[in-house]
Amino acid sequence: MSQVSRRPALKRTAGRTGQYAALLCYLLFLAFPFLWLISTAFKPPRELADIHPTWIPEAPTLENFRQAFAQQPLLEAAGNSLLAAAISAVTAILLATPMAYVLARFRNRFSRAATGWVVISQAFPLVLVIIPLFLILKGLQLIDSRIGLVMVYVVWSLPFALWMLTGYVRAVPRELEEAAAVDGAGRARTLISVTAPLLAPGIVATALFAFITAWNEFFFALVLLKSPEKQTLPVVLTHFLGAEGVADLGPLAAAALLATLPSLLLFAVIQRRITGGMLAGAVKS
Amino acid sequence: MTSTTAPQRSPAAGSRRLAGPRRDHGAWFLVLPALLPILVLSVGPLLYGIGLAFTDAQSGRTQPTQWVGALNFSDLLQDTLFWDSFRIGLVWAVGVTVPQFVFALGLALLLNLDLRLRWLARALAIIPWAMPEVVVGIMWRLVYHPDAGVLNETLRGLGLAGAGDGTDWLSGLATALPAVILVGVWAGMPQTTVSLLAGLQNVPRELHEAASMDGAGAWRRFRTVTWPAIRPIALAITALNFIWNFNSFALVFVLTDGGPGGRTRLPMLFAYEEAFRYGQFGYAAAMGLAMVAVISVLLAVYLAGRLKGDEEK
Repeated sequence: MSQVSRRPALKRTAGRTGQYAALLCYLLFLAFPFLWLISTAFKPPRELADIHPTWIPEAPTLENFRQAFAQQPLLEAAGNSLLAAAISAVTAILLATPMAYVLARFRNRFSRAATGWVVISQAFPLVLVIIPLFLILKGLQLIDSRIGLVMVYVVWSLPFALWMLTGYVRAVPRELEEAAAVDGAGRARTLISVTAPLLAPGIVATALFAFITAWNEFFFALVLLKSPEKQTLPVVLTHFLGAEGVADLGPLAAAALLATLPSLLLFAVIQRRITGGMLAGAVKS
Repeated sequence: MTSTTAPQRSPAAGSRRLAGPRRDHGAWFLVLPALLPILVLSVGPLLYGIGLAFTDAQSGRTQPTQWVGALNFSDLLQDTLFWDSFRIGLVWAVGVTVPQFVFALGLALLLNLDLRLRWLARALAIIPWAMPEVVVGIMWRLVYHPDAGVLNETLRGLGLAGAGDGTDWLSGLATALPAVILVGVWAGMPQTTVSLLAGLQNVPRELHEAASMDGAGAWRRFRTVTWPAIRPIALAITALNFIWNFNSFALVFVLTDGGPGGRTRLPMLFAYEEAFRYGQFGYAAAMGLAMVAVISVLLAVYLAGRLKGDEEK
């Protein structure tokens, strides 16, 4: 008996080692560009010019961060991004939650068509959408306007928000609502006191995801905004690259690092819910 | 009195009320707030954009826009620069989607085992996923930088001195496209991994155990138990990845802006320049439509082929 089981055990140990080695390669591949970004952000100019760069800065400095703020209006841009992302995320949630409820609870041709659109809208190249949007917004005098950008962000985050929220609504057992109805609660009362509390974590996660998406967004901001003082953070970051691509590496890295922190932190908070929600939306759709 | 009869009647009545939208006009009030913006700013513009492809619309023009029929498309057929870009777009999309899937599947299989360090993998997966594409581009420019970049320094350290000496990966005619493809793979891996991992977690454990009792090796267990179970997710995620990759913009815009000499000019970059640098709205819309058409055909062939493969089994 023991002889039979020893060989597989040995083989299993070898297998385990191989698995850990593979996992380690993956971890290194995922982490190294980010570690290099951090390293570059703290290096003084002398080390950046060195043709033998090191992983750990020998004389770490915050000078790059000071320089970054001096070279580009980062604070202003961050303010623009924050405003656009927050307003569009809240608006998208307010608009999408009721519809998601209907999509989840009623199965008919309409809800199938709406779900179909959510999927199809992902497939079209942005250029086919941005040109007409540009012309429409121009007609409304909303080019180079923060309101125009927010409107586009709202509509752009609706499909995903609907997808996620529909999944979250489905996860709330219908029986709970029916039980409340039996107890004499009206439709509105049921939604507010039974469904909404159960839905709240999903709504927060979806809102934060919409916020991150808008905070990170580049293409629409690039096309729709012209004035420097209205630019969002991702567009301002590209200004560090300069015309010829000859960049001042230290400040570039420092600004990029700062711009990405909010996304990383918020995403860390909602990661599990987002992955869960994506799949909940996919089940039985 | 009513309270005793209500429980018997109401569940049925309640579910009928919930299930019957015909009588429920309230549903429309719930739907309209989201439906109107979608119709006005998503469905509408898309139809408008399709229409524009058949006009001579230009930015800042004084004469009224006119229908030109299929003129844009016959011009497009002659436009070798666009088809070069289209070819690059296909190489990019396939070159990113396939390794993305293979690497993601490997990582998902590893994460599905009871290994330590899984939490670390989950934490690191956040970086490519949540990071703004612009920052991903900037970050990899730092990695690829000929002098201050870590890639050349590492190659030098490994003794590949000739390979790593001041190679400018993103400006080299031969290296630029592979270099941006690697970034694309890196950026899209976590989402694919998470989707596949979810699929793996639905594979019944008993099936695996039964298969290994029957003496099936790891590869056979994968082929006969794991793969059939995750196949639908694998199909969906590769199809979506292909679309997203083909339509991607910001990453390559920041990395190379289409250079050197157009070697990384994806169709989206080409159409963007046509529309917003040269103001050719109608022509750029025609490009967008051509992209949709070709992608739809490719996807239809891919999915039909896969589904047929399913039936034959």
